[in-house]
Amino acid sequence: MDREALRGIRIADFTWVWSGPLATLLLSFLGAEVIKIESRKRLDQTRQGTITTGDSFPDFNASPTFNNANLNKKSVTIDLSRPEGAELAKRIVAASDLVVENMRPGVMDKLGLGYKDLVKVKPDIVMLSASGFGSSGPYREYAGFAPIFAAFGGLAHLTGYEDGEPNTMSGVMDLRVGTASAFALLVALIHRQRTGEGQYIDLSASECVSSLVGAELMEYSMNKRSPFRRGNQDSIMAPHNCYRCKGEDKWVSIAVATDEEWNALCQVMGAPTWCMEEAFSTVYDRWKNRADLDNHMAIWTIGYTHYEVMTLLQNAGVAAMPSFNAEEMLSDPHVKARNLINDVEHPVMGKKVVLNPSWKLSETPATVKRASPLLGEHNDEVFGGLLGMSEGDIKKLEDEKIIY
Amino acid sequence: MAYGPLSGVKVVEYCSLVSGPYCAKLLADLGAEVIKIEAPQGDEARKSGAFLRDEPDPEMSGLFLYLNTNKLGVTLNLDSATGRDTFKDLVAGADILIEDRQPGKLEKLGLNYEVLKQVNPSLIMASITPFGQDGPYRDFKAYGLNTYHASGGGYVLPAASPNADREPIKGGGYIGECDVGSSASVVIMGALYWRNAGGTGQYIDISKQEAEMALERVNIVRYYELGKSPTRYEINRIRDTLLPCRDGGYVMVVLYPEKQWNGIAEAMGNPEWMKDTKFNTQKGRESHFNELRERLREEALNYDTMDLFHRVQSKGTACAPVCSAEQVVESPQSQARNFFVEIEHPKAGKLSYPGQPYQFSKTAPQDNHGAPLLAQHNEEVYGNRLGYSKQDLVKLREAGVI
Repeated sequence: MDREALRGIRIADFTWVWSGPLATLLLSFLGAEVIKIESRKRLDQTRQGTITTGDSFPDFNASPTFNNANLNKKSVTIDLSRPEGAELAKRIVAASDLVVENMRPGVMDKLGLGYKDLVKVKPDIVMLSASGFGSSGPYREYAGFAPIFAAFGGLAHLTGYEDGEPNTMSGVMDLRVGTASAFALLVALIHRQRTGEGQYIDLSASECVSSLVGAELMEYSMNKRSPFRRGNQDSIMAPHNCYRCKGEDKWVSIAVATDEEWNALCQVMGAPTWCMEEAFSTVYDRWKNRADLDNHMAIWTIGYTHYEVMTLLQNAGVAAMPSFNAEEMLSDPHVKARNLINDVEHPVMGKKVVLNPSWKLSETPATVKRASPLLGEHNDEVFGGLLGMSEGDIKKLEDEKIIY
Repeated sequence: MAYGPLSGVKVVEYCSLVSGPYCAKLLADLGAEVIKIEAPQGDEARKSGAFLRDEPDPEMSGLFLYLNTNKLGVTLNLDSATGRDTFKDLVAGADILIEDRQPGKLEKLGLNYEVLKQVNPSLIMASITPFGQDGPYRDFKAYGLNTYHASGGGYVLPAASPNADREPIKGGGYIGECDVGSSASVVIMGALYWRNAGGTGQYIDISKQEAEMALERVNIVRYYELGKSPTRYEINRIRDTLLPCRDGGYVMVVLYPEKQWNGIAEAMGNPEWMKDTKFNTQKGRESHFNELRERLREEALNYDTMDLFHRVQSKGTACAPVCSAEQVVESPQSQARNFFVEIEHPKAGKLSYPGQPYQFSKTAPQDNHGAPLLAQHNEEVYGNRLGYSKQDLVKLREAGVI
């Protein structure tokens, strides 16, 4: 069985860095053919160096970061800043269903690759432009990376300790934007499927973040108040926090919603006398006195490993899970049983561990098929095969550094 | 319902709280017809604040109002055989069913995919659960806090902590839960496309832990690069740097790649200390990060938040103010883009709601309506669409089925 939901869908992918590539990555998991259009002249930042340590990679074909964001894709190299390069890219667009780009608003237009140009070569094309602030409004030309969307979209203000500074989290923001982009593209594709009509989609990364914290934004709309960050706390539940366990920097999250769960938790802890105190007798009392409650809880959890607390409490019907680190995720029995970890063979880096798609579809499985492409790895296949260019023509464009 | 690119797509949602409802909301806001089934006592989200005017009324929860725009709402008690038959009638006319019950729960009710497939062979059914439909944690209980931490997302937060003295935390608000809904929306659309292209219906198993873990794809790369697990301290510093400003606000700047650093230096008037060899390379900035941050923080205190934001951005480099809900709503950018939309609700009245982050050129959604009151559309759905008679409806109500 070799069925894929998006088989036959081709994407001309002009994206780079993280959020754009992750959008097309998700669609590639579902079977779309993604042709990444890049160039030596404009190397994807993630081919060059790592944000983790600030180091540069020895070779732009040896980036595990790039590999993770560009699995399954094909790579062609075109210098888009030359008119002949833009023309060549248009020929790929003419053979594609979707175009995705995340350059700053206006750049694609300048290259002659704006929606109005592309619709001439492919009338039913669906094109999505993703940018930090959207392609209209006073900040449309402003630059954005993940922490910028997190800050501007309203999430950073809400993340952090109650007595601490706001926090922008990490690269997760990019995948959030990539996910919303993939959704919008599929919606437009479904519309095209039904009506034959393509269209242009303008996506704002900051607004993607705002949508995800929409309930918090409602508080201002409703009551003219802005909610604040509050660590792990909930507005109703307590206990609702991470508690230190045996070992170095090991923590377990515990959340209790009902009296039934609370009683079960007390039983597991051996029904200590503090559990019976008036201060913890109702849901609201526990919430009101959550700081004291947390102190008591931590004295109990420190005697066990996080896995032990998980097992003891889950067996009693109480929600408890370790706060896993990356190493624990990779070796966790459940993650293994769910087949979430995969390794792919990369021609330069060798075997690399990557995450499988997180969806399990019964008829059209989402899959990692191969490692990320080397720079220009698919030039011959795409220019020769898809566009039917002769070897001579390709050679000529290579010599002129149009294919570069 | 709203009009939009998904007009004509029929969805049944049997979910509560955040993940499933957010997923179905994304579809409803783009024109899909979503029938939300609630148990007679209502979605748990109705009990969660903040409430309009701080009135703890189940029709006034901001969480519920936001997550359920543009849906039709019906009540149904699946503990009764009649309720289960009605559920099947609803599913028979749907393209998509989204449900979030514990694994095995629908099977016990005789409403699992194998059964529903008989009723509707082209049904796409998505189950959203904490740990998925199999594996050792399948039956574990988990709230949003627990799946967030079980995904590895919490261990690295707050990013750039000074040490490991304090607990890891989750992302703000309901971010993790909404992430799950967002992830589910992609795969459901993929399945719908395939079905409409000549494929069949299918079953989709979505684990919240995995959906959230997928966002931390980078974590694994970092693990191998560092040779140890990334933590909330020691790493991830050069990328996000928070600077308090003179007026008490914050801006976020990004010190990578080189172009960014140069723009920030220029925006701050190229102070002498920035030329120091300790700071003028990426590696140098990483190894002297603490000193660098202190210097930058001193420098930033010469500016007000919005001033510094515009200064850095005017150099073509990235920067943003850290915005509260008020600042997001009032921002000239949100306003110019009409990101917030006014929606009328029978009880909450007209309120401004966060809209959609994507603007479609040909199929701009229109005619938004508010979240359903509990049981608001029982007659419309059961009477008009399923063709139940008035007497049937009375009987169902008396029997506590709806």
